[in-house]
Amino acid sequence: MGYRATLRGERFHFADLPELLAKANEPKSGDELAGIAARSLRERVAAKLALAEVTLGELAERPVVEDELEASLLAAHDREAFAAIASSSVGELRDALLDPSSRAELALRRAAILPSMAAAVAKIMGDKDLIVAAAGLRTVTRCRNTLGEPGVFGVRIQPNHPADDPEAMLLAVLDGLLHGCGDAVIGVNPVGDSVAGVATQLGVLQRVIEVLGLPTQACVLAQVGSQLAALERGAPVDLLFASLAGTTDATASFGLSEAMLRDGREQVLASHRSRPGFVGEQVVYVETGQGSALSAGAHHGVDQLTLEARAQGYARLVDPFLVNSVVGFIGPEYLADGRQIRRAGLEDHFMGKLLGIPMGMDVCYTNHVDADQNDADDLLVLLAAAGCNYVMGVPGADDVMLSYQSTSYHDAASVRELFGLRPAPEFEAWLAGRGLWRDGRLVASSGSDLRALYDASRPALGR
Amino acid sequence: MSDLEADPVATATGWLELRRAAAVVTPARVFLGSAGLSHRSADALALRADHAAARDAVASVLDLGHPALAPLGLFEVCTEAGDHAVHLRRPDLGRRLGPDARARLTAEGTVGADLQVVVGDGLSVAAVYAQVPALLVELERLTGLQGWTWGRPFAVRHCRVGVLNDLGVVLDPRVVVLLVGERPGLATAESLSAYLAWRPRPGCTDADRNLVSNIHDRGTPVELAARRIVALAEAMVAAQASGSEVREPDQL
Repeated sequence: MGYRATLRGERFHFADLPELLAKANEPKSGDELAGIAARSLRERVAAKLALAEVTLGELAERPVVEDELEASLLAAHDREAFAAIASSSVGELRDALLDPSSRAELALRRAAILPSMAAAVAKIMGDKDLIVAAAGLRTVTRCRNTLGEPGVFGVRIQPNHPADDPEAMLLAVLDGLLHGCGDAVIGVNPVGDSVAGVATQLGVLQRVIEVLGLPTQACVLAQVGSQLAALERGAPVDLLFASLAGTTDATASFGLSEAMLRDGREQVLASHRSRPGFVGEQVVYVETGQGSALSAGAHHGVDQLTLEARAQGYARLVDPFLVNSVVGFIGPEYLADGRQIRRAGLEDHFMGKLLGIPMGMDVCYTNHVDADQNDADDLLVLLAAAGCNYVMGVPGADDVMLSYQSTSYHDAASVRELFGLRPAPEFEAWLAGRGLWRDGRLVASSGSDLRALYDASRPALGR
Repeated sequence: MSDLEADPVATATGWLELRRAAAVVTPARVFLGSAGLSHRSADALALRADHAAARDAVASVLDLGHPALAPLGLFEVCTEAGDHAVHLRRPDLGRRLGPDARARLTAEGTVGADLQVVVGDGLSVAAVYAQVPALLVELERLTGLQGWTWGRPFAVRHCRVGVLNDLGVVLDPRVVVLLVGERPGLATAESLSAYLAWRPRPGCTDADRNLVSNIHDRGTPVELAARRIVALAEAMVAAQASGSEVREPDQL
């Protein structure tokens, strides 16, 4: 058994599906670190050629990892819809995704696509293919507003502070609102994980939402256990946040299991029944990122793109409101430079959309990787073209808690204007009501706008 | 250059007043003002300047003879990551003790301490120089108050967090605290993390560890960090475990 391809008269052999998938990947330092990357450029292309011939049916029958996650993915697989495409090859799937009419049909059958299929087709696509195909695959989700409709480009306000200071968090939120950001979520990464701290932050964010009448959702991106303990103490949890990786044991290394996640989701949903303002039942926020399974020593010899697709499949099991990859966060040992980060960002977004999840992106880089703000600018523009659901809004692009750079409020606002994109409809109406949005454009705000918002928000701090 | 401080409109409308007030509360780049919807020149270039400084900080290497560290009398072992470039690209090697490390640790270190503090360069030696001297003194004092035995502190060059497992095998401490330089941010390159583990052994992961991060003047100051670390260590002793089973006690 195995896979073969001949390239310009040279024969290549791949022993099994994991080897074929790994070698067909675009260059990633993480696959080299794992010792599974193609050994030459010719071998990489040969693997792509062989992979293009593999049928989707074969991918469904040959799991790359046998774990609890695989069983759950197969249990949720829409076999009826899959029957119509099972005999297609990966190459044929690529072609179908690039043709608007067949893509529209596939968009209705996304529950038939398994993660290994999304990964396989991404591996034989160029960057522009990833953009063109993804732009035609929308995913709409609802929590306290509606994200993902055509023409909508959401932005998370990420008001992190190195000491979890509530006032500092509030100031960063106000700044984001003036740039039209915050419709995706107001999401804080806390420094501490104590239940009291998480409950305090959830309380402050919820009061900001209440006193300003914001049609958006809040989230404190703490451990699932801490969020649920805070919920038990009466703290308002709009969205349950979870970091997911591409294998059961890699996610377990974050202290999380499928059962905990499903139970947590039920608890949050139940708590929403006694709270006003929800327009939908999508209550989970997931972050992922290529390389996390290898980092946890739980990659099972599988390449990081295929595992990223599995992490997205994991997310799909809990019907998320938001999913994003934190694409440049992990460091140069997994994505070496701006070029690899750009490729991974486009892949992650495309695969998520093909799997039917509401894919956004943290376009970012750390200070130990060979990349800079120009790389973030480039990927941001490419993802806006690809119809990305949302991106991050960080004050001045500089996250002073997590110590990395992402996209700024300014970046998000100027890209919205460049492409004629808008915030979530409920949020757009709120901005318009405050005079911050007019005729499909952000209105430049003045000191008096800032002062008015500042004064209106003070009660959130009990002042 | 287009400095908002010199902009009469920003002054007249009260924008500048709020921006100055915010700067007292947070190092975040809030209320910058805009050029169209984009960043103003001064802000765009300030970001590039700070990034350049952070990149240069990542490139610097640990020096135990540095005036901040010299009085501490640390000795040094190295991981399998032989040089700085390898350290950045091969975290697997940075998690394993190098060939001479075991002998040196058994000869010069403490076996079976109740609390063992280890200093790792990680991704910022500036953080090590800035935070470790005061933090080490405070941790030793609090450890004494607990009546715990104190392992002789040492440094690990080219250090990743996973090296805790090898250290657990060689020295068998009860609780290990790894003080390691965080990836430099733009606001500061002086942020330190403390990773704690109860009797670490091969196979332990981040799920078996606890973390106090952002240890620097504008984040978690050294004295508070020391109290949080020792409180976590106490919780580990009580639970005979670490990681997700041990939740950090509410803020002290």
